[in-house]
Formats: sequence, C-alpha cells, structure tokens
Amino acid sequence: MPSIDPATGFRDPKRLKGLAKRISEEAKDIEKLKIMHVCGSHEHTTIYWGLRSLLPENIELVAGPGCPVCVCSTHEIEEAIELAKRGVILATFGDMLRDKTKNGSLYDARARGGDIRVVYSGFDAVKLARGNPKREVVFFSVGFETTAAPTASLFGLPLPPNFSILTSHKLTSPAVELLLQTEENILDALIAPGHVSTIVGAQDWARFPEKYNVTTVVAGFEPLDVLIAILEIVRRFKEGRAELVNEYRRLVKYEGNLKAREWIDKVFEVKGVWWRGIGVVPNSGLFLRSEYEDYDARKRFELNIPFDPEADTPPGCVCHLVILGKKYPPECPLFGKSCTPGDPYGPCMVSEEGTCYIWHRYGNPEIIRKFKKREKGSKI
Amino acid sequence: MCLGIPMKIVELKEDFTAVAEVRGIRRLISVFLLQDEDLKVGDWVMVHTGSAIGKLDEEEAQENLRLIEEVLSYEE
Repeated sequence: MPSIDPATGFRDPKRLKGLAKRISEEAKDIEKLKIMHVCGSHEHTTIYWGLRSLLPENIELVAGPGCPVCVCSTHEIEEAIELAKRGVILATFGDMLRDKTKNGSLYDARARGGDIRVVYSGFDAVKLARGNPKREVVFFSVGFETTAAPTASLFGLPLPPNFSILTSHKLTSPAVELLLQTEENILDALIAPGHVSTIVGAQDWARFPEKYNVTTVVAGFEPLDVLIAILEIVRRFKEGRAELVNEYRRLVKYEGNLKAREWIDKVFEVKGVWWRGIGVVPNSGLFLRSEYEDYDARKRFELNIPFDPEADTPPGCVCHLVILGKKYPPECPLFGKSCTPGDPYGPCMVSEEGTCYIWHRYGNPEIIRKFKKREKGSKI
Repeated sequence: MCLGIPMKIVELKEDFTAVAEVRGIRRLISVFLLQDEDLKVGDWVMVHTGSAIGKLDEEEAQENLRLIEEVLSYEE
C-alpha cells in the first residue's frame, strides 16, 4: 500500500465519507449519544468540513467551554484597558481586541488613544519592550495551557526591566469536571483538545473515564481525526465501556510535554478562578508565583479594579449557554443580526475560537436555517 | 487557543530559537519547550503563538492513516 501523505491524507473526502458511513452503521442501535468537545479549533473543523451533516441523527456533537476569549472575564479586559490608560504599551493577542466590557473594548480604548498593539507571541511583546526601553510594556497573555507554556518559557531567558505580564490563563479540564459534577446530562463522551493535550498529556484526561464513566478521546484537528474519535466513542459506548483513547499519537504523548509542564509549574501557581459564563471553577486559574512578582503587571501597577460579575453577561446575550453546548448559535436571537463578527455583542462572536464566530463565518446557511427552527426531538 | 501550524525546521539557532518553514513562509520560532527532544533540521513541529509545542512523529502519522484504511476496508 503506498504511503499516504500526512499533509493531505487526514482530509481526503473519500475517506471522510467512508468513515461517516461506518459511524452510521455502528451507531444504529444507539438511542442517543451526546459528545462534547472543548476546543474552538475542533468546532472550526466540525463546521468547516460540515461534519455534523455526515453524522447520523442519534449522535449530537456540541461545543463546550473551549474558547479562552469567551471565558475571559470582562474584569481582566478592564485591567488591560486601565493599563493602556496609564500610558503603557499594551501588547495583546488580536482576538481580544473587540471583546466588549461595560466601558467598551480594547479596540475602543485604542481609538481613544491607548497604545495597544497586536502581537502574535510573547516574544514579540518582549521585543517591543527591548525596542522601547523608556516605556513600560505589558503583555496581556490570555489562553489555556497551550499559551501558558510559551508564556512560562519567556522566563527561561533574561527579561528587560520595562516588561511585565498581565495573565489570564486557565486549565481546560477542571471546567469539564465541574460540568460533570453539577449538570445533568451534559455529555456522554468527550473529545479532548489535541494541542492542550500536547502540553498536559493524555494523562490529564484519565480521570474522566475512571471517575465519571465518560469515554474521552484526545483528537487532532483534521476532519478524519474528529471522525475517528467519534467512531472510537461509538464502539465503546455501545459496549458500556469508558476508556481514554489517544487518537493524536503523532503529536500527543501520554505524559505530554514534560519541559512545558515543568515550566508551567515553575512559573505559575493554581487557584480557583472566575470563568465568564460559568462562575468560579476550582483549581483552574494560573497566576504568576511570588518569585516572579517583579514581572507581574497586577503587582507592578497595583491594579485594584472592583469585580462586577454582572458585567460578564450583557442583557440578551446567551453566550453562557452556547459555551456549555446548551444552545447552538442560530438559536440566539441576536445571531447574525445585532451580533456579527464585525460588531460582536457577546464574546462567542469575538474570537476565531468562538462558536458563534465560527458558525457565522463558515457555517452553511442551510444548516443555520435548520438550527434556527430546531425544536426538541426534531431532526437536525 | 488550539490554533497550531505544523512547520518544518530549516535552521537551528542560538537561545532556543529556530527558523521554521511552511508553504514557503519562514518564521523565527522558539524551540525552548522542545529542548529535551533531539531536534534536527527537517523535523516537523507544531507551532502555537510562536513556540514549538511538540514534534510530529512521521511513523505515528503513517500508522494512524494505516488504521483508518483498515477500518474502511473491513467488511462485516
């Protein structure tokens, strides 16, 4: 058999259709199976390749809280805006720009004169600091483990004194664990994010099959990866088994990236933190350890903005239901009308990892129409 | 954020950096997190926000594709 090109083999349409057919055949005696993934990039793959239209009716695939921008509290954005007001160069990832607080977004703050610059990496932010030695430069570092690890690695090399970090980092799996502990029928099986797992290892998901009886498949981001993950879930669900499966073995190790884990542990301590749309999730927030407080923007600038949880849910926004897989974007009355990628109302429409953004940008209009009319029990 | 780009190492440099390339585009990336892997020019790595987070294993990729072929060709 000729060797298949890994660059294109995982998205071959013939294999996609073949796998979809196998899934339908093997799932035919299942009454209902709800699978949750927790990564914006998995939702992107699902929508971009139309995977939901390839699945049988009895399998539902929903997006969980996998978008770091969507679960970042407006409080943290207000901290960033405050720093910009004080004249720092605020270096931020691009998809935080349009996330609105009750006093506007970083984009609005820039229009009002804030020196806010988009960076692709923490290294770019450090370069900005070296290039502007008379200015304070703050790197607004937002993300899950995949971003926390590179930020931790910044401390592996000397940092300029005018550089500091405003952190907003979360661990992915604790939120899923909280959902399983507190919500009824939230999911039957889990697709674990491939790049978070590259850092933390498949081992970070072992407790889901063990304690919660939920098959968990660590999956890559090609469409075939996702379909294989679903087939693996179907086979075990039918037999009443719950297991941990690593589908993304070409990148993910069971123990993950030990160097990355070492540096995350070295630089950050873990505490409970507020997730926008969910509330406090125990043991899920990463904060700079006191040994690094010289580079902690919150300490350096003595930030003390009062926390207003209501600001996280603007009136009419249902993002808090979208991120739990309880509503699909077209079921939000604002979707595509007063909430669009160009002028987002809620966070799910802001980021490229946000479910609403993905549906709006890449969703097939026919599927969107179907979901708009969806009632409980009717065909999707 | 999971947005990751597979890139090929074309040059290893000092201070845990490397030049990596995909589809003709070259970028300077950090390979700090892969310092314990035996990285060589020609290796493919997954890059996220400017850092390589893992090395792509060609053999495992082929094995994965082979398993998919097996699933698809199995007649019950």
